[in-house]
Amino acid sequence: MSADATAAAPAWRPSRASRFAVDRRAYLVGAILLVIVVVMLFPVVMSLLSSVKTPAEASATPPNYFPSHLSFANYVKVFSYQAGLGTYVFNSLAVACLTILFCLVLAIPAGYGLARLRLPFREVLFLILLLPLMIPYQALLTPLYLMFSSWGLANTYVGLAVVHTILQLPFSVYLLRQSFEAVPRELEEAAMIDGCGNVRVLWSIFLPSVRPGIVTVVLFAFIASWNEFIGALIFMNQETKFTVPIMLVGVRLGHYGAIDWGALQAGVIISIIPCFLIYALLQKYYVSGLLAGAIK
Amino acid sequence: MNAGGGTRRSRYAGLAYVAPALLFVAVFVLFPLGRLIHLSLTNASLLGGSRFVGIANYTKAFNDPVFWQALRFTIRYTIYITPILMGLGFVFALLTAAAHPLAKAARSAIFLPVVIGLGTSSLLWFWLLDEQVGLINRVLMDLGLIAHPLVWWVDADMGLWGVIISVTWKVVGFGTIIFVAAIQSIDPEIIDAAKIDGADYWQRVGRVLLPLATRSILLTTLVSAVGSMLAFDQFYIMTAGGPRSLTFTSVYWMYQNSFIYFKLGYGAALALILVVIIFVGATAQIVLTRKRSRQ
Repeated sequence: MSADATAAAPAWRPSRASRFAVDRRAYLVGAILLVIVVVMLFPVVMSLLSSVKTPAEASATPPNYFPSHLSFANYVKVFSYQAGLGTYVFNSLAVACLTILFCLVLAIPAGYGLARLRLPFREVLFLILLLPLMIPYQALLTPLYLMFSSWGLANTYVGLAVVHTILQLPFSVYLLRQSFEAVPRELEEAAMIDGCGNVRVLWSIFLPSVRPGIVTVVLFAFIASWNEFIGALIFMNQETKFTVPIMLVGVRLGHYGAIDWGALQAGVIISIIPCFLIYALLQKYYVSGLLAGAIK
Repeated sequence: MNAGGGTRRSRYAGLAYVAPALLFVAVFVLFPLGRLIHLSLTNASLLGGSRFVGIANYTKAFNDPVFWQALRFTIRYTIYITPILMGLGFVFALLTAAAHPLAKAARSAIFLPVVIGLGTSSLLWFWLLDEQVGLINRVLMDLGLIAHPLVWWVDADMGLWGVIISVTWKVVGFGTIIFVAAIQSIDPEIIDAAKIDGADYWQRVGRVLLPLATRSILLTTLVSAVGSMLAFDQFYIMTAGGPRSLTFTSVYWMYQNSFIYFKLGYGAALALILVVIIFVGATAQIVLTRKRSRQ
């Protein structure tokens, strides 16, 4: 509060005692915030520290907080785990890229049509596109598995990407419809006068304007696909087709029943890295997407 | 293409654009739903063979103690975790809604686990809570809170709380971010007016912030409750359904029947029961969201 404001309203000026109370509360809130930061970061930081322990120390009872020697043996082990980490990361990336592609190819035209073109039963069609939200995909895994088996899509990137697209399509359509609706009408009219058709208008006028929406859709599709578990568990049942989370469950089960804790931590850190990188670089899009379409 | 926008004036101009997505939903959601209904009326097995059995799978579910046990357990999990997530999320939002750098840093730290996969975070906590190598026991013992390491994954109740702690850590930031946005969107003049009227901090929270954030809270509660009713990853990884099938959730029991026991028909009936339960919650969620976006 400025000096003028306090002078103009002397009745509200805090007394010495209450100002002390305010200060004390600020310190208390600060202390609580620090505790929250420590508690929230503790699991990941400890996992990171554990991943660079020697394999023996990573499995020690009771556990140490900090590694006594820096060792990358756990990472080396994970890199050569079964078919090799490279294979699993590649599988995860391939499925994620296909998911992104499918989401964009389906949701950009759908969002544009719903937002900008004449369309009978607009809201009914929109609700049909939101159906995967109301019918959990977990329940559809059995019939999808039978369909994909007979179509030769079991254990393929395309098959799992289709499952992940089912999961992400409602959010993508919802968000892009909102984005297209927000583009000013004058822009579109100017292009129409210049003699552009619908497709040209979509391509050269709308797409650049809805770029933030597209980035958000890509971001969410990537993270959802990279992290998705039960679909990958069922559809990728050959060891060479596992995605990263499924491989990690294999590490957790361990050979002959013994869990390799150090390798598990190394795997956890590797699977977290892309998510953290994306979040750090594109935090703005991530949070705005979450708020715009908190329908997931 | 259509120069001059000839098709634009047609009533059906948008249909061609929406058609691919509609077709996708028809082929990969509605058609499988139809097959699921059909499957649930047969005794199909992944090992081969399928015969029409009417509603036998549904009566079987009705008499299956594990089905009821799993449903009760899932509801119990949802009833425990939802208020924790909403309450803690709101308190975190109150603490971090300020523009202060420390508040912003705390908000980032709270949100960070949201981007981690549930499978990965479950593996992380499976390790942290392990009785032998887990650091949570070490911290609790160093703080003098417990004398002996706690055993989390042998007892069903301890397992449930272990999962609740881990999932709270992972998703509490989701509610926090939405509540922070709700709090920040409140006109500061309203809060100043309440201050001038002599409302203390907790009165302002209870009478101004909470009522104005009701819709966000309701919506987040629904999203969260539907997600909890579909819980699978966390129990599959951390408790593996044990001990004695006591921590099977509804999705887990469905998975177990369809893909471990290969009883596709029975699994399909379980899946359909789940669809009905979720449909109600998810429909309410969409109605609420669309109301909000129209305002």
